[in-house]
Amino acid sequence: MKFVGKSIPKIDGMAIATGKPVYTEDMAPPNALVIKLLRSPHAFARIRSIDTSEAEKLENVACILTYKDVPDRRFTLAGQSYPEPSPYDRLILEEIVRYVGDEVAIIAATDEVTAEKAMKLIKVDYEVFEPVLDFEKAIDHHSIIHPETDLHCNFDIGMEQGRNIVSSQKVEVGDVEEELKKCDVVVEETCYTQAQSHGMMETYRAFSYLDHTGRLVVVSSTQIPFHVRRQLSRALKLPASKIRVIKPRIGGGFGGKQTGAVEIFAAIVTLATGKPAKIIYDRKETFTATNSRHAMRLKVRLGADKEGCIRVVDIQGLSDTGAYGEHASTTFGVVGQKTLPLYNKTKAVRFMGNVVYTNKMPAGAFRGYGATQGTFALETAVNKLAEKLNMDPTELRLKNLIKEGETSLVSDGIKLGSSTLHKCIARGRELIGWKDKYPRQEVDDNKVRSLGMAVTMQGSGIANIDTASAEIRLNDDGNYTLLIGSTDMGTGSDTILSQMAAEVLETSVDNIIVHAADTDISPYDPGSYASSTTYVTGMAVVKAAEDLKRQIIESGARILELSADEVEFDGQRITNLNGDKEISLEKIAELQVLGFGGKRQLLGNATHGSPVSPPPFIAGFAEVEVDKETGKIKLIDYVAVIDCGTVINPNLATIQAEGGLVQGIGLAIYEDVRYDEGGRMTTNSFMQYKIPTRKDIGNIRIVFEESFEPTGPFGAKSIGEVVINTPAPAIIDAVYNAVGVRLTKLPITPEKLFLAMEQTRILNHQ
Amino acid sequence: MRIEIILNGKKVAFDVKNDEFLADTLRANGVFSVRKGCDTTCCGLCTIWIEEKPVLSCAILSIRADGKNITTMEGLHKEAEEFAQVLVAEGSEQCGFCSPGFIMTVLAMKRELKNPTEEEIIHYLTGNLCRCTGYLGQLRAIKKYLGVA
Repeated sequence: MKFVGKSIPKIDGMAIATGKPVYTEDMAPPNALVIKLLRSPHAFARIRSIDTSEAEKLENVACILTYKDVPDRRFTLAGQSYPEPSPYDRLILEEIVRYVGDEVAIIAATDEVTAEKAMKLIKVDYEVFEPVLDFEKAIDHHSIIHPETDLHCNFDIGMEQGRNIVSSQKVEVGDVEEELKKCDVVVEETCYTQAQSHGMMETYRAFSYLDHTGRLVVVSSTQIPFHVRRQLSRALKLPASKIRVIKPRIGGGFGGKQTGAVEIFAAIVTLATGKPAKIIYDRKETFTATNSRHAMRLKVRLGADKEGCIRVVDIQGLSDTGAYGEHASTTFGVVGQKTLPLYNKTKAVRFMGNVVYTNKMPAGAFRGYGATQGTFALETAVNKLAEKLNMDPTELRLKNLIKEGETSLVSDGIKLGSSTLHKCIARGRELIGWKDKYPRQEVDDNKVRSLGMAVTMQGSGIANIDTASAEIRLNDDGNYTLLIGSTDMGTGSDTILSQMAAEVLETSVDNIIVHAADTDISPYDPGSYASSTTYVTGMAVVKAAEDLKRQIIESGARILELSADEVEFDGQRITNLNGDKEISLEKIAELQVLGFGGKRQLLGNATHGSPVSPPPFIAGFAEVEVDKETGKIKLIDYVAVIDCGTVINPNLATIQAEGGLVQGIGLAIYEDVRYDEGGRMTTNSFMQYKIPTRKDIGNIRIVFEESFEPTGPFGAKSIGEVVINTPAPAIIDAVYNAVGVRLTKLPITPEKLFLAMEQTRILNHQ
Repeated sequence: MRIEIILNGKKVAFDVKNDEFLADTLRANGVFSVRKGCDTTCCGLCTIWIEEKPVLSCAILSIRADGKNITTMEGLHKEAEEFAQVLVAEGSEQCGFCSPGFIMTVLAMKRELKNPTEEEIIHYLTGNLCRCTGYLGQLRAIKKYLGVA
C-alpha cells in the first residue's frame, strides 16, 4: 500500500503549528458583541426575582436575557444521534438553578469590560434549597433536582424523576448469585472514579452572525456540528434549514466538545440583536461550568474455580451525572458493554445500577466514555483475583480472555472479528521485564519499584447507530475534493481519511482537497466521537472513493469506445489492456465537466454504518517507584501494546496513544476534583487541578500488534479512546505490589497513599 | 495610554488601558499566534520574547512593554517553520493550539543552552502544558532538531 500505513504529516500541521489564524476565536468578526454569563452562586435555588434594569442602562450593553426571555422547550446539549438517549431536561435559562455555575443571565455588550460591569449590576434574589452533593445519597433525597413536568425522554431509559434517578439499567445473562455459590474463589472490590476534567488547551468558544440570507451561522470549536444544528433548532424553535454550523480547527476536545456548551448563548444573542456575537470561556468556566467525566462507584464481584477460570463477572454501579443528564445513560451502559465481553469463560455476567442527578456540574462525554471507569474497576478486581488464586495476573488473563472467532455471553452470538490481545500481553510482558521485575524490587530502604498490568477494550463507532456519509468529486482539472462531516480535533483524522481516499484512487494525498466540517456543505456525519472516525467515516470514504473510481473507469472506457473490463486505471490514466489506447485523468475530468463526456461531473458518494463495533485492545504494563516514607509515586516506565487493527498512520496513532496514556496517568495519580461544602468546585484552575506536565510521566513505550479487522477500512479499528483505559488499574496494581495497599478511589495522590500506608501500619501494629 | 514597542523588528504604537495585558493587546492587533489557555499564568500558551527572553504575555501589563523589543512567532517565521517541520514530521503538533508558545520556548532554549541533556530540555519546557501529545513526541522532535541524543 502506498499511503495506508505511512506516517504522512498532517495536512493542516504547518498552519496550526506556526500560529496561523485558523481557530474559532481568530475568525470572529472584530465587531462581534462580547457575551458574558451571570452564573448561580448556589448549588440549588429558585430565582425569586431578577432585576436587570440598572445593567441595561449602561451604554454599550446590547442585550441582557434572563429565563423570562428564552423559548420554553427543553432540550439536551448531548451530541448524540437522534433520537438522543439523553433526556431533554434543560432550558437555555431557567428559574431553577441546579449547580454552582448554572447560567442565570446572558449579557452581551460591545466590549468585555462593559459586559462584566453589567453583570455586577444585575440583582438576583434566590430562594435557596438544600442541594444534593453526595451522589451516594441522591436516590430518594428529599430534594428533587428535576421536578419539572415537561422533562422529556425520547425513549425509556429507566428515569425516575422523583427519586433523582436519570437512568436505571440491568443486563444479566445466567444466574450470577447461583453461579457465585459454585465458585471456589470470590473477590469483591469497590472502586471510585473522579469527575475528570478534559483540560483541552483551547477552552469552549463560538461566535455567530446572520448571513446574507438572514440565516444563523454559528462557528464553533465543536466535535458535533450536525448535532449542534439540531440542538439549536429545537432549543430556539428555529427550523434547522435556517442554521449553519461551521467547525474550524479545534484546540483539543477529548469528548468535552461532544456537548454543546456555548453555541446556544452566541446564537440567541445574534437572534435577539441581529448582530455578530462571540463567547469565549475562560479556564475557570471551562473547569466549573461545562462538563466532565461521570464520577462513578463500581462494585465488582468475580467468581472463579480454583484452576483460575473466571466464571462470574458482576458489576454494580452508581454514576453521577450532575445537574443535567447529558450522556448519562449511555456512558453508564458502556461500563458494561466494554467489560463483560472480555472474560468469556463465564457462566453468568451482570451489569446493573443507576445514574443519578446531583447539584454539581453536569458530566458528559470524555474519552473512554464509561469504559475507562469500567476497566479500572474490573481490572483492579482481576488483579485482586490473581493474587487470591496465587496466579500470575498475565497468566490469569491469557487463560480467560476472549479470542478471535469466539463469542461471549453478551455478544448475541456474534463472533469477535479481530484480536491480537493475547499477543499484546505476551509482548508487553517481555518489554517491561515482567519475568525479572514482577512483583517488586527494593531500591533502597525507602524506595521500592514494582509492576502492575491491565487490559482493556473499547469499540469502534456505535454499532447500528453511527452512520457517516462521504462525497468525493473529480474536479475539472483532475484533482479531487473530499467532503466529510467528521471533525478533526487535532487527531489528524482529515489526513488519515485523505490517505484512505488516495489509496483507493491511486493518487497522492496532495491531490485531494479535504473539506470538513460545515453543515451547509458536508454530508451528514454525527461528528468525531465514540472512536468512530477512522472506522465508520473511514469506510464511508473508502466506499465513496470506490464509487468514484468505478465511474472514472466507465467514463474512460466509454470515451475510448471500450467496455469497462477492457481498461485499467493506474490513478493517472485509463489504458486498454494492449496499451495502445489511453486517456488521462485530466482529460476525463475536463470532458466530464466541460465537454462531451456527458456534461456530468463525476461524484462518488456513500453512507456507511456498521452492525458491529469491533473492539481495539490494549495490554498496559506499569513500572512505578514508590517512596514508602512520603507516598510519592513515580512512574518509571509504561508499556502499552495495542491492537487497533491496521495502523493507518503510525506517527499519528503513536501520538494519540501517548497522549491518551498520559491523560490516563493523570486520571490515576494527579487529577483530583474537589468541591467545598456549598457545592462549589475548588479545583477550578491548572494550579489546583493538576494535569501531567512533562516531568510527571516517565518513559512511555507504544507498540502496535496489528490485527486485521474484516469490517474496517483496510482492516482498521480505532485508537482514540482505548488508550486512556489501562493506566489507572495498572498503576494502582503496581502500587499495591510495591507497598501492599490497594487504593480504589482515584486519583491515588501521595497524601492518600501515605495515609493509607499509615493506617495499614497501625492496623498491623494492633 | 499609548505605548510604543518594537514588534518583530518593526516600531508600532498601540493605545492600551492601564490594566491591559500584553497577550490581549497583541491578539487585538492581529498577532494571532499568541494564545491564552489558562487564567493563572501556568500553561505557557502565550509565551513570547521580550528582549529575547521568553515570558508569559498574559502576565505582563502592556504598559510595561513600552519601549521594549517584542518577538512573537510571526517574527521568527523561518526559524519557527524549520522546527515546526520537524514537529509535524513527528506528528506531535496534534491540535496545535499550544504549539506557538511551545515553539517560542524551544527556540529560546536553543539560544540559551548548548547541547542540552534530556533532563535540561524537560526542565526548560515544564511550563509549557500540552493535553494532546503526552509530550514524548515533542521531545523526539526537539532532539532531532537540535541534533542531540
